[in-house]
Amino acid sequence: MSLKRKVGFFQGLKYRGKGPMWAWILHRITGLSIILFVGLHVFASFFMQQFGSDIATSINIVYESWIFQILVIFIVIFHALNGFRIALLDIWPQLLVYQREALWLQWLVFIPIYGLTIFILIQNNIIAI
Amino acid sequence: MGSSTIKPGFTFEYTMWIFTRISGLAMILLAIIGITAAFIMGARTQTDLPTLMRWTFFPNPNHVVNSEIPDITLGWANAFWQIMQILIVFFAATHAYNGLRVVLEDFMGHTIWRPLLRGFIFLLWIFSLILAVYVILAS
Repeated sequence: MSLKRKVGFFQGLKYRGKGPMWAWILHRITGLSIILFVGLHVFASFFMQQFGSDIATSINIVYESWIFQILVIFIVIFHALNGFRIALLDIWPQLLVYQREALWLQWLVFIPIYGLTIFILIQNNIIAI
Repeated sequence: MGSSTIKPGFTFEYTMWIFTRISGLAMILLAIIGITAAFIMGARTQTDLPTLMRWTFFPNPNHVVNSEIPDITLGWANAFWQIMQILIVFFAATHAYNGLRVVLEDFMGHTIWRPLLRGFIFLLWIFSLILAVYVILAS
């Protein structure tokens, strides 16, 4: 259980686990990103409301810009859909035979939700001006 | 070695493994309820994406007040949405701190730092929950 593996970071990247491996890596990255985003947002809002801090205000302005929203929406929707797939496959383990198909299905669900959101976002912020 | 020799009990890791699944599904459900209510209360025509995210993930009057939509706080300021907020904060904070713990422990050995990290994250978790419930009930 302890850390006795002799695999470096770049060696680990050569592991060709394909789709499920990248979903696992993305799930970790997006999860940590949400913690960073929400944590910073809570701190920034606190210091903005209580002390009117300029740094906190500028952080919140960045958060509310539509360019940043494109990133945040990707992170949140990916983490939610990927977690949903993991939970479903863990509840019904016999479906694990089709885990690669489940991943394709996940991206098929992801693309219209994310695409529609981005479409509305760009429509409201560029075309409407 | 047959599978009958393995008897998994409700260890800490197993409990948190189950909790991660349940809380994840619960947060999806809570977000869908929040976004539906926001749409019913007029978000479809009156708001931008940051506002919709505020309403979806933390439907608190002090939070949605930045929406600059008149009288929208009235729709959120009742016991139902206070319970919804407490639920979403509890699930989100627990899910997040446990996830952070799992990721960090993947990069550490079994040293003295592991119980120290667990204690630190536990204190942060309790602190966050108390603070969040105070903010929700006071607003």
